[in-house]
Amino acid sequence: MMKTRRTGAVVLTYLCLVSGAICCLIPLLWLVRSSLMSTEDMFKLPLIFFPKKIRFQNYAEVFTMVPFAKFYANTIFVVTFNIFGALISNLMIAYGLTRIEFKGRKLMFSLSIGTLMLPAYVQLIPLFIEWNWFGKINTFFPLIVPAFFGNAFFIFMLCQFLRTIPRDFDEAAFMDGANYPLIIAKIILPLAKPAMAVVAIFQFMFTWNDFMGPLLFLNDREKFTLAIGIRTFISTYYTPWGVLMAAATLTILPLIVLFFSAQKFFISGLTLGGIKG
Amino acid sequence: MTGAKMGFNTKRQTLWGWILISPLCLGLTLWVAFPMGLSLWTSLTEWDMLSKAEFVGLKNYITIFTEDELFLKSVRNTLYFTVLSVPLQMIIALGGALLLNTQVRGKRAFRTIFYLPSLIPIVVSSVMWLWLFNSQYGLINYLLHSVGLNRVQWIDSRHMVIPSLTIMNIWNVGNIIIIFLAGLQGIPKDLLEAVEIDGGRYWHKFRFVIIPLLSPIILYNMIVNMIKCLQLFVEPYIMTGGGPVNSSLSFVLHIYNNAFKYGKMGVANAMAWVLFILTLLISLVIFKTSCHWTYYEGDR
Repeated sequence: MMKTRRTGAVVLTYLCLVSGAICCLIPLLWLVRSSLMSTEDMFKLPLIFFPKKIRFQNYAEVFTMVPFAKFYANTIFVVTFNIFGALISNLMIAYGLTRIEFKGRKLMFSLSIGTLMLPAYVQLIPLFIEWNWFGKINTFFPLIVPAFFGNAFFIFMLCQFLRTIPRDFDEAAFMDGANYPLIIAKIILPLAKPAMAVVAIFQFMFTWNDFMGPLLFLNDREKFTLAIGIRTFISTYYTPWGVLMAAATLTILPLIVLFFSAQKFFISGLTLGGIKG
Repeated sequence: MTGAKMGFNTKRQTLWGWILISPLCLGLTLWVAFPMGLSLWTSLTEWDMLSKAEFVGLKNYITIFTEDELFLKSVRNTLYFTVLSVPLQMIIALGGALLLNTQVRGKRAFRTIFYLPSLIPIVVSSVMWLWLFNSQYGLINYLLHSVGLNRVQWIDSRHMVIPSLTIMNIWNVGNIIIIFLAGLQGIPKDLLEAVEIDGGRYWHKFRFVIIPLLSPIILYNMIVNMIKCLQLFVEPYIMTGGGPVNSSLSFVLHIYNNAFKYGKMGVANAMAWVLFILTLLISLVIFKTSCHWTYYEGDR
């Protein structure tokens, strides 16, 4: 009696997990499958599950129909600067907040964490007005500059991490006559490499996926990033579905590659950021 | 440890502290405080960004509540989406994490697969689900039809459009599963064993150990996800444009339309402030009531 109940529970567990996994994967597989089909084949009933004639041409047309290579280059440009900015600013800030004792640091930490609770979209219109005053609409500045001012999520995560490094390290360096910038660069940075990798990876993902920023700040198609570039395929008159699916696949490809090559950083980033709330 | 021992006197230390966190201070001023003040000021004016702003007092706030029918509709749609999404996400994520926390084979593989959808940019998932939800040629309706069920109009139906967006939203619940799983793995084994020794069943472990110890993590993720859901924008913007008949017009989409389509900056900012206050209020209610169901170690 007890034994059959056990087996039943195990079978049910696997059943749930496998069906969950199928639900996660099917939409993605369907995306890739559709990206290899001609639009006529996609609109045939009964549905063709596996295309007989694989149409790689969709992937070529992605680049000829719109300046997709330019979108790619723009995205990589913006992402690179964002990662650079995030790495420098967040490490500096987190060091200042955790390893130097001075009045006001607790308040600044709380203020920073408080911004996590702000709905970001409330600030978007005033930010647009602000960048309009600076005369920087339709440039990459609004998408890049804010990354150099720290991000609450990363600050919180790095603070958690820096607290695990013994303070004796800094102290010993002071004895040898080092100053704060030197300590950060020579002692903290090498130790914080795994945490910095998490920052870089998540910043990559945030920027790569950002839709609202480019939508507000960029006007010329030549300046589009991938996220808003995809939308140029959709039109009320004619949407080339196969090509659109190919463009979508090309957009997520770098993310998937990154994920599989750096999976452990994703997991540790999520758990560091999401657990200690 | 004293400042003198560090080789720095306190004054210099303080100076260095502020220098190092100066990006944070500047950032909070430039990208948070100033925009919010600007938004508040603009919300009291009539302004199309071209002509000069004209001060109108609280007129915009009164207008959105009395004259703009779409505003209340967009609030209702967004709340409906949030109320549907957040509890389902929490339950499914908790269920998934509990299942993964047993002795199953291929735990890592499952974890990877569950996380994959969270990687996908919302634009891509919107395009992808637009195609899956297609009522004629979409995969979902095809599968429903082939097992003998009725086709559903999904995003083309006034009643189904918000539930459809909820389904999409639940698809990328994987990151919460991973957070919960890490929380579960942090639960001390001896507590669970103590329940067993006392003759408790799985339910007792769940009710008296797992839920209390996991509750702060659940609370935090609930609030973060609620804030995310209240800002629903990209999905309706790409997939439905707010339709059919404005039944997927979300709060933020309405704000966006007012600001950038109709050029009503004042009205849009007034709405943004209402959204801000609404978010704050809901968070506050959740926090206030949370002391009844969350447990922090060391609290008595």
